[in-house]
Amino acid sequence: MLDHLVLHLRPVRVPTRTLPFTHTFGLGGMSAVLILLLILSGVLLMFVYEPSPERAYGSILRLRDEVRFGGFVRGIHHWSANLLVIVVFLHLLRTFFTGAFHGARQFNWVIGVLLLLGVVASNFTGYLLPWDQLSYWAITIVTGMLGYVPLLGEWLQRTARAGTEIGASTLILFYTLHTTVLPVLLVAFMAFHFWRVRKVRGVVVPYAFGETPEEKPATTLFVPDLLVREFAVSLILTAAVLVTALLFTAGLGAPANPGMSPNPAKAPWYFLGVQELLLHFHPLFAVVLVPLAGIVALLAIPYLKYESAIAGPWFLTARGLYTARTAALVALVATVLWVLLDEFVLDFGRWLPWLPGQVSEGLIPVMIGIALLAGLLEWLKRSTGATKNELVQAAFTAVTTAFMVLTVTGIWFRGQGMALTWPWSI
Amino acid sequence: MPTRRGFLGRIWLALGGVALVEYAWLSFEFLRPPRESTAVLPIVNAGPLEAFDAGSVTAFPDGKYYLVRLEDGGFLALSRTCTHLGCTVPWVEEEGRFLCPCHASAFDLRGVVSNPPAPRPLDTHPVRIENGIVKVDLGRTVRRESFDRDQVTYA
Repeated sequence: MLDHLVLHLRPVRVPTRTLPFTHTFGLGGMSAVLILLLILSGVLLMFVYEPSPERAYGSILRLRDEVRFGGFVRGIHHWSANLLVIVVFLHLLRTFFTGAFHGARQFNWVIGVLLLLGVVASNFTGYLLPWDQLSYWAITIVTGMLGYVPLLGEWLQRTARAGTEIGASTLILFYTLHTTVLPVLLVAFMAFHFWRVRKVRGVVVPYAFGETPEEKPATTLFVPDLLVREFAVSLILTAAVLVTALLFTAGLGAPANPGMSPNPAKAPWYFLGVQELLLHFHPLFAVVLVPLAGIVALLAIPYLKYESAIAGPWFLTARGLYTARTAALVALVATVLWVLLDEFVLDFGRWLPWLPGQVSEGLIPVMIGIALLAGLLEWLKRSTGATKNELVQAAFTAVTTAFMVLTVTGIWFRGQGMALTWPWSI
Repeated sequence: MPTRRGFLGRIWLALGGVALVEYAWLSFEFLRPPRESTAVLPIVNAGPLEAFDAGSVTAFPDGKYYLVRLEDGGFLALSRTCTHLGCTVPWVEEEGRFLCPCHASAFDLRGVVSNPPAPRPLDTHPVRIENGIVKVDLGRTVRRESFDRDQVTYA
């Protein structure tokens, strides 16, 4: 009977070749499981947490010290939340690298990006709620970044903070977004996202490089073959989160003190790539133009005019694998070198003082970066004869690698005064 | 061929759209932060003239500002909010400057940027001197791109 319930939501048969774990790593399903854990733990937390500056911190202490399993439930929530950001990002990578965004899958990619933004927004709004030093100043920094948006900056900052300063209005705004608005939106968009996957008859079907994809791939029954696999992954993931929550607490710093900023003051880890950008580029580019361009580029991926709708194998072709790997390596080395150069050698602002900051420390370095990327792609095209699909893949790999290097730098290599430091000295 | 049904259907759709816009507008107005009443940020008495030495910086945590008395005796009330991303900037006596712990921006005695990434000097509050008492108008915050003698208040 349970079979029939399941078969209301899932297809009767699935392509046999999509069963292996290494095809999708079950990342989409993992995201759904984590969101379920977040909702279950989150609802419990709502019975104890109090969204006012005077009571918030104390309510977290009560969770830890007086509520049975309080720390555990908070831990589940905290670790699921952080893991979710990583898992949806990996899911995005998988979807991209298997070419699962052509034809009828185009719009589902867009829904996916919206879900990603929703996840990040949920994580960000939740970050403020404990009202400790980490929360208060991280939100100060990120909403401070909004102030650099031209024309709208001040309005955006005041709207995000529900006032000029971060206070009671900010806290309850974030709380309501975090516990009601965003969860409802996420669940609605998730349903839409799953339905779109059903409409295209499931995930893309892989095949070996050089092999011709089958018109009608062989199928297996969903029950039990895929169901058992999904169930296993869900249980293992849940167990991993629970064990992590038992071993590692969510942590709580000193109570928020508007009179004292910590050194260094960092945004939440998933925003540290952007904060790192701020250390290298003029705010107009670091906070507005580059992130905006990133999101626009991400949304545009399915709609670029490709030569073919190739999808299924990871990295598409043998040449695709080669060009992607090369692009990743080049981007890794180039970004590390550039971070070091910019920290100790480059100073466009001082070298070109007659130019406004937006040009010397914004436009010029960004143009250099774009030129280097274009150069890499051109070289790959000439030396391998790569197709547009493969070149877009290489570009995506390069940019994503660069962003990951910046994020890692921001997390582990920035210490006092945001100076470059070895991780063990922070 | 256009039908009566189709026409009426489109009118319903349009009305639904209007309802949605009304809801959106109402929500937006509802959520807008209320006007910050200036009664909350009054003009405060910092203290008598003689209480402040030339070349000194006095912190006022409640008002979130510093009262600076320059070498020539003039007063400046500096906001303690860093102009980079909003951290609270402490005055570091040993170094004779404001040093922001978040990203190492530094400001001199007059609040002027001596080390980036802060993009502009610290904001000021207007200072008045009445009957030998230094008063700071916290209801007004003045942004400036550079230092000017006009910004300083003399007895």
